[in-house]
Amino acid sequence: MSPHATRRVFTSKGQTDGCSPPLSLIPMAQSIRRDSPELPDFSLLKRLARDQLIYLLEQLPGRKDLFIDADLMSPLDRIANVSTLKQHEVDKLYKVEYKPIVSTSDQLCFLIRPRLQSVKWICDVVNADKAAGKFRRYKLIFTPQKFYACENVLEEQGIFGDVTTDEWGFHLLPLDDDIISLELPEFFRDYFLDGNQRWVRTAGCVLHLLHSLYGPFSKVYGIGRCSKMAYESWREQVEEGEQKGRDGEIGSVFLFDRDVDYVTPMCSQVVYEGLVDDIFRIKCGCVEFGPEVTSSDKSLKVMLNSQDKVFNQIRNEHFSNVFGFLSQKAKNLQTAYDKRCGMDIKQIKTFVSEELKGLKQEHRLLSLHIGASESMMKKKTKQEFQELLKTEHSLLEGFDIRECITFIEEHINRQCSMIESLRLLCLLSLTENGLLSKDYKSMKAQYLQSYGVDHLPTFANLKQLGILVEQPTGETLTAMENKVGKLVNDRAAGKLTDAFSSLAKKSHFRALSRRLNLVPKSDEEYDLRVPKDMAYIFSGAYVPLSCKLIEQVLERDGWTGLEEVTRLLNGQEFAASGCSEADGKARSDTQRTILVMFLGGCTFSEISALRFLGKEKGYKFIIVTTAITNSARLIEALLDNRA
Amino acid sequence: MLSITGRKVELYEMSWVLRDGLRDSLVAAAPYGGPIAVMKESQCLSPSVRPQLDIYTASGVTMATFPWKSGPVVQLGWSVSEELLCVQQDGTVLIYDLTGAFLRHFSMGQEVVQSHVSEAKIFHSPYGTGVAIVTGSSRFTLATNIDDLKLRRLPEVPGLQGAPSCWAVLNQDRQTKVLLANGPELYLLDNTCCTSVVLPGGSPLDGVFVHIAVSFSYKYLALFTDTGHLWTGLANLQDKLSEVDTKIRSPPKQMVWCRRPQTQQPSVVVLWERLLLVVAVGGDTVQYPLDEACVCVGELDGVRLLSPSRHELLQEVPLVCEDIFKIASMGPGALLLEAHKEYQKSSQKADEYLREIKEQGMLGDAVRQCVEAAGHEQHTHTQKALLRAASFGKCFLTNLSPEAFVSVCRDLRVLNAVRDPSIGIPLTHTQYPVCVCVCRLVYRRLYPLAIEVCRYLKTPEYQGVSRILRHWACSKVQQKGESDEVMVRCISGRLADSPGISYSHIASKAYDSGRTELAIKLLDYEARSGEQVPLLLKMRRSQLALSKAIESGDTDLVYTVVSYVKNEMNRGDFFMTLRNQPVALSLYRQFCKLQEQETLKDLYNQDDDHQELANYYVSASYREKRLEARLSVLQSAVDEYNKAKNEFSSKATEEEMRLLRFQRKLDDEKGAGLLGLSLQATMEALLASGLQKQADHLYRDFRVSDKRYWWLKLKSLAEKEEWEELEKFSKSKKSPVGYLPFVEVCMKKSNKYEAKKYVTKVTPEQRVRAHLTIEDVEGAADAAIERRSEAEIGTVISHCSSSSSSSQRLLLDKLQRALTTANRK
Repeated sequence: MSPHATRRVFTSKGQTDGCSPPLSLIPMAQSIRRDSPELPDFSLLKRLARDQLIYLLEQLPGRKDLFIDADLMSPLDRIANVSTLKQHEVDKLYKVEYKPIVSTSDQLCFLIRPRLQSVKWICDVVNADKAAGKFRRYKLIFTPQKFYACENVLEEQGIFGDVTTDEWGFHLLPLDDDIISLELPEFFRDYFLDGNQRWVRTAGCVLHLLHSLYGPFSKVYGIGRCSKMAYESWREQVEEGEQKGRDGEIGSVFLFDRDVDYVTPMCSQVVYEGLVDDIFRIKCGCVEFGPEVTSSDKSLKVMLNSQDKVFNQIRNEHFSNVFGFLSQKAKNLQTAYDKRCGMDIKQIKTFVSEELKGLKQEHRLLSLHIGASESMMKKKTKQEFQELLKTEHSLLEGFDIRECITFIEEHINRQCSMIESLRLLCLLSLTENGLLSKDYKSMKAQYLQSYGVDHLPTFANLKQLGILVEQPTGETLTAMENKVGKLVNDRAAGKLTDAFSSLAKKSHFRALSRRLNLVPKSDEEYDLRVPKDMAYIFSGAYVPLSCKLIEQVLERDGWTGLEEVTRLLNGQEFAASGCSEADGKARSDTQRTILVMFLGGCTFSEISALRFLGKEKGYKFIIVTTAITNSARLIEALLDNRA
Repeated sequence: MLSITGRKVELYEMSWVLRDGLRDSLVAAAPYGGPIAVMKESQCLSPSVRPQLDIYTASGVTMATFPWKSGPVVQLGWSVSEELLCVQQDGTVLIYDLTGAFLRHFSMGQEVVQSHVSEAKIFHSPYGTGVAIVTGSSRFTLATNIDDLKLRRLPEVPGLQGAPSCWAVLNQDRQTKVLLANGPELYLLDNTCCTSVVLPGGSPLDGVFVHIAVSFSYKYLALFTDTGHLWTGLANLQDKLSEVDTKIRSPPKQMVWCRRPQTQQPSVVVLWERLLLVVAVGGDTVQYPLDEACVCVGELDGVRLLSPSRHELLQEVPLVCEDIFKIASMGPGALLLEAHKEYQKSSQKADEYLREIKEQGMLGDAVRQCVEAAGHEQHTHTQKALLRAASFGKCFLTNLSPEAFVSVCRDLRVLNAVRDPSIGIPLTHTQYPVCVCVCRLVYRRLYPLAIEVCRYLKTPEYQGVSRILRHWACSKVQQKGESDEVMVRCISGRLADSPGISYSHIASKAYDSGRTELAIKLLDYEARSGEQVPLLLKMRRSQLALSKAIESGDTDLVYTVVSYVKNEMNRGDFFMTLRNQPVALSLYRQFCKLQEQETLKDLYNQDDDHQELANYYVSASYREKRLEARLSVLQSAVDEYNKAKNEFSSKATEEEMRLLRFQRKLDDEKGAGLLGLSLQATMEALLASGLQKQADHLYRDFRVSDKRYWWLKLKSLAEKEEWEELEKFSKSKKSPVGYLPFVEVCMKKSNKYEAKKYVTKVTPEQRVRAHLTIEDVEGAADAAIERRSEAEIGTVISHCSSSSSSSQRLLLDKLQRALTTANRK
């Protein structure tokens, strides 16, 4: 597919939406080009999940109280609201709080993730009832699947016969038109840190589900061990089930392990949506704006997705453009309001009935986002933030490392945020391929002095993942290689846990950056209003590695020519043609719909970058992720201090 | 009114040799042309003699014969999968396969052992094969499906003493019920209650019911009274069909419905010792005198009549056959058959007949009739004649679909093959679905023929050949004698890669017959590891199971094995096993983290993983409430760190211990509430509460960096607004953090006066920023111009552009000029 064709079609079609402001006023948030294919309808996933949940609830007839895992509340809210649940005889809703319960109902239903902690709590509840001579019926619904370990706990606690268990296959929650989340933040720690592969099959199931609903896929690319395992698990499921030939709605699939690129999620986000996530924390596509944003005394929960017209236009913008855009928008809105001055009665009538509501809505959203921007400006335009960004950029470029280290030291010494300090340390290690032994020791000592010795295990975790490591001296290196060599000779070498393989894990960021041209030359002016590549999401300082890889693979239709890069990334790449034989006749539109699956989470910045890439090259990306993540979430997942 | 159009077709001349005919024997023949089991009734024999149990094919070929060694048998019967059920007097049901091999047994309940089974019936329903018994104490017990045994004891029947006069099992509304007669009374027994029922249709019958018969499909019911009346009606007891007086008063030996799907004239076959009476529902009767004792077997479309010398099929003549073969029939099929006969004789009459059919426009029907009739005929020459006629007629038609013709030809070929006396499965075309036919062959271990049939019928391999091969393999592994290697080679060679073969299934069969090694070898061929693991565990090959589970990538499977192995082995071996399997190890570790902290410690200990163990102690220390306990746990951590040669961590931990002790001391002395704070927080707290000396002590003792200490101190001084102290402090020695922080902390408290004191001390690089911090734009401008730094001038410009006083404008001009000079340079 040639970019020229893309451009030609675009010029002939041009702007479509008459209501939005003229094109020149919007730097980048143009309407969708004609040749970006339409997205498949993912609301089907919601319907499926809802129907299954209702079916499961009806399996326990009669009135019942429902206990829901805290982190399932928001996802559940997105597919079935309280009234739906009430319709199916759910009496009261409780959040699982690991405390004795107060319910009076004689039927209890628990909707939980398959976690031992929750199951143990339920065991306590049941045993307490037993001790009190109270008879109730219990039903456990695990989502997205139950694990044998959970049933084992039920058995050990002697209540296996007293409860019924079920699975609610709620694998995928569409957060937006092009974002689907598994809502499994624990995936990251479980797989990458603890080497627990229990979610791999789930990932395979997800692929299978998408494949059977929207497939067949024509090509599957991937990098990383987890991706490979998920791919294999999916293939197994495809082979077991029956196959039906039909036109798919998705072309290629790209699987991506988070540990291939830790640099990108460790950077501060400066694209609007990412920034909102960094500061206010977007939860399940929904954000809570505090009083300082809403300029009232209440905080407000807002859904952030493409339905929000204002947000949709600024979400992918560099933050520096957002304010200008919003003020222009405000002016346009004013003009639209002003229209009514010269109207006669009839016109006003139509205006009120047709436009006013929309304008009001827009007005409300606009003031909200202006409030949010203001609040972010207050935080982010401070000197400190500027210096922080400068340090990050230096690290990415590999300049003035000494100064950066001093900056980080000062950051730690002054006890600025604990997470932020750790993030900078990680970024330093990742970009420099580990810290010098001397630096590592002094930084770690200072960190422990500032935030407590209980962070020792945290450092062990970070080391295990290869995120924050000491540059090996010659001696230790050979010892390590011996160890790894021994393991590789082992029969089970292919099945080594990441815990072990991380011994050999090294970040080759500098070399990768050179080879893939990730850091644009800094002497050129970078116009953030008219971005020329994906680097705009980091103010032109860095093209995210993850997105660059995807771009390259799609361009080359495989990994050929990227051998050196994959070697630096520890290999584990693969490309396979999918199961649709009808490659030739498949509609070219679907071929340009690309499903990218991030195993271990992805950031909003990456999504923005992919959206930009899609517009440039006429692709449409669908992002499937185990969870939306950012630097803070990533690091919090690895903390092991007493808190 | 039509008379009965039934016919008796001879199926086989029996090749068996029965010493006393069928008299006084228990005989059971499976429906759908199934095998026949014969056993001498025990009461006819002296207790010392063991009866013989014989199993024959429908053509009388012996399949198995063996002496009966268990207790007295009340009833024989066949299950749907052609297993022989023998109901013993004590309620035990023994199950044998076709070759006479014992499979399993079950009991019909404890109370039966005492009261004895007085009568038993074996019946088939959509749920499988069921057994119903009535005991000597007049209680009924039901098992609807012998493969999923659930015994149901039916309620008592009021007034019933001893055995009922007759009874039958009904299947209604997805429920199994028993209809029984106690003299002239009828009762319907279901799970919960016993209801008295009255036959519909006016006047109640006089006399006592002596026999009940239910049709094959459980839809019709026939009752025979001792007055010789035969009542027929629907099994739901809502409608009556007819009532016929047979004028025979002795109770019949057997009574069977004879009907076919879409029947025209259903009839009931009543059997006495020497007489067979066919009673049509319409009222007509036909008598057949018998010269030997017979047994009737009800079929879907007729009744099979089994006698010592021959095997016959009694059925209502199918309509098409009647149409063709009726004497002087002018049906199109009959004419076509005639035409073809004449044609073969090269007679011109053939043309006349053809014309006649064509004039009526019935040629298509004629062909169809011939094809259909061929299917219903048993004898090959009749089949051939009819098919030839059909093929002849087809020549004169252009648009007749050949499908029916082809499929009947194909079906007949298979049917004729299995009807061959050497095979002996007399299936009719109506009874014939392919799978039944193939299953029967497989049960008889006629694998080659079964495979031939499947290939001939082009059955998808998955459903056909593969299934047969699996069966073959399962029976193969149960054979003794061959070595494992030979067996595996033989099986894998034959099965190769037929789709849908489950090697695990075969392996489990091998294991069941005690060949564990063979089972393991076979499992290697199983592609799905999920299927291998449970069997391997069953065989106690946990190591192998573990590696297979890990290969599968299914953590649930891994966990299953791990938890199994955990109970199986002693701790040491268990940990060693895990150690070789990192995936399992990490899974188990995570489980332990949540469930069994102590085990986790042991696990690390076993591995000599001092680093992890130390980390474990560090996390554990925070769960200890008491300081002493915490310190001792931390000491363990230090030891482990030392063993792991992690000096850094051990030192850090030691320092933490020292800090804790220090905090404790101060807490005791001053009540400072420091315990658990980090070093920095401790110093901060100390400074805030004016414990300067102690803070200094920490600073020296823990070799805190100067920078950190200066930061801390100046922050706390500013916090307390001790400006003089701050100034003194700034002069104590050269600041390691520079003087900009001084400016900043002062400004944080909005003390511009104090802040100014430090501006001059700030290094030239930071001076512009210092000036700007205290909002001194002029100073900043001067500093920037002095430094001739473009960027800094820019910063200053951006700061003053907002206001518009004249002095500001002047300044701006100055800066602009400086900027241009700086630019030029």
